[in-house]
Amino acid sequence: MTYAAQSGHPGGSLSVTDILTALVFHELRIDPARLDWPDRDRLVLSKGHASPALYAALSLRGFLPREELASFRQFGSRLQGHVDRAKLPCIEASTGCLGQGIGMAVGMALDARLRGSAYRTYAVIGDGECQAGPTWEALMAGGHYRLANLVVILDRNGLETDGPTESIMGIEPIGDKFRAFRYHTLEIDGHSFPAILDALAEAKRTTTGPTAIVAKTVKGKGVSFMEGKHQYHGKPPNREEAERALRELGTELGRPA
Amino acid sequence: MSLSFGKSESLRDAYGRALLELGEKDPRLVVMDADLAGSTRTVLFGQKYPDRFFDVGVMEPTMMSIAAGLALQGRTVFASTFAVFAAGQAYNFVRQSICYNHANVKIVATHGGLLVGADGGTHQIVEDIGLMRGLPGMTVIVPADGPSTRAATFAVAEHEGPAYVRLTRENLPTVTDGTFRIGKAAELRSGSDLTIVAVGALVARALEVAEELSGIGISTRVLDLASVKPFDAPALLKAARETGAILVLEEHSVLTGVGALVAATTSENYPVPVRRVGVPDLFGESGEPWALLDRFGMSKERIREEAWELLRGRGKVQ
Repeated sequence: MTYAAQSGHPGGSLSVTDILTALVFHELRIDPARLDWPDRDRLVLSKGHASPALYAALSLRGFLPREELASFRQFGSRLQGHVDRAKLPCIEASTGCLGQGIGMAVGMALDARLRGSAYRTYAVIGDGECQAGPTWEALMAGGHYRLANLVVILDRNGLETDGPTESIMGIEPIGDKFRAFRYHTLEIDGHSFPAILDALAEAKRTTTGPTAIVAKTVKGKGVSFMEGKHQYHGKPPNREEAERALRELGTELGRPA
Repeated sequence: MSLSFGKSESLRDAYGRALLELGEKDPRLVVMDADLAGSTRTVLFGQKYPDRFFDVGVMEPTMMSIAAGLALQGRTVFASTFAVFAAGQAYNFVRQSICYNHANVKIVATHGGLLVGADGGTHQIVEDIGLMRGLPGMTVIVPADGPSTRAATFAVAEHEGPAYVRLTRENLPTVTDGTFRIGKAAELRSGSDLTIVAVGALVARALEVAEELSGIGISTRVLDLASVKPFDAPALLKAARETGAILVLEEHSVLTGVGALVAATTSENYPVPVRRVGVPDLFGESGEPWALLDRFGMSKERIREEAWELLRGRGKVQ
């Protein structure tokens, strides 16, 4: 998708793909036929630049036609560079500018509590985003209100646009920070489906407050020459790279997902 | 030549009381504040409906995101704080979380403009109308008195979509009949020689100067443009056609406020001389609130001079 668009964020999309797959296919109670189901679970992709990963997952789950993926980032497309609920109704919240997704997720979790609905809210955030002050405002609010129906998942790929988070503006010890903000905190391998699903199950069993899952991931996961390279944060592959990448992922150019 | 206005009233109290009624009418309505509930008067709602009131503390940006998250579930959400925090501190959160998401959040910002007084320039935002007016889909309201604040609170609650209501800290005399409709200007005084368009605290000054001018035979129309966006273009252009000159009064930067809006609208549709009285390209400073208006170029003398300038241009006075 980023090759076709010749823009976008492949690195952080690949790192979060396993997390989103686990959510969209296993965890979330959602139904493509009932977008306005009041008790559906809510997913907020606060790192809205990882939109290709979410579009692909939602497409395979039946929320949008696969052919539409080719329109990503094109004029008139519902698949905006950063997820946009006004254009694509299966998106719960438009994001893109960082540090806003958790706040919206807190609002959703409060709504569920106010009307006694069992729906759960999941916010997926990036690690560069953890440098933003409002991320901590929103985390503080989730902890203060003891929102047991809120799960914050950090895609901890360790890299941001300009390089490693720890050399730019370190966020460690991130797990301790979540704990200090009153989150039941789990640190897992974000590419292990059993680990992701176990953590989500544990979050469900946690009734005293919100859960934070620090999912250790690899930026560019699955594509050897992108793995661990911050250079592919916001840079699409060229044709040769795209062909190689898709070969490694077991598919080919021009074949939808 | 002096006018007697209706009683002076706190716009914030009018807002707080209106919220109580709205809370009773709509059991899903939620109110938020950021540690200024006593000042913004959302405290009244909080006391009556504690379950639906969230005072999040000093986190204005995130208050806007939480408000959006609640509103996207089909709720009407009111979020209040001082204007400098609502429009300034939280700007990109109002932009993305609320406006870009079409979230049904009503931001009622108190303490707009110089009338904040003693707190000084840090807290006297004179850019908020421009910032908020520039946001696609945002409705912007600047009420002139208590009764219209009450009506505007009901109107934005009824309206589907984001809104920004700018209130002033000072009590203001009642100058309207208490009706307000989004998109409609209120003609508070009819006239044919000159139109004064005003918003907020300066509407009363517009009426005072109009009254003075009537003493020398000048007939001045006064339009309260409380609905800044959408604004009443037909009423404005009718005034341009029928009176031939427009003076704009606002307690806001003349660079991006209502004066700029009026000048652009007339020049594109029916060019007439327009003069702007408001805050020049400066930050405010500490001082007695009403004296600050005088010091920053919004005195009655200055308004008279500007009116005179326009009238001279039209050959109405020497």
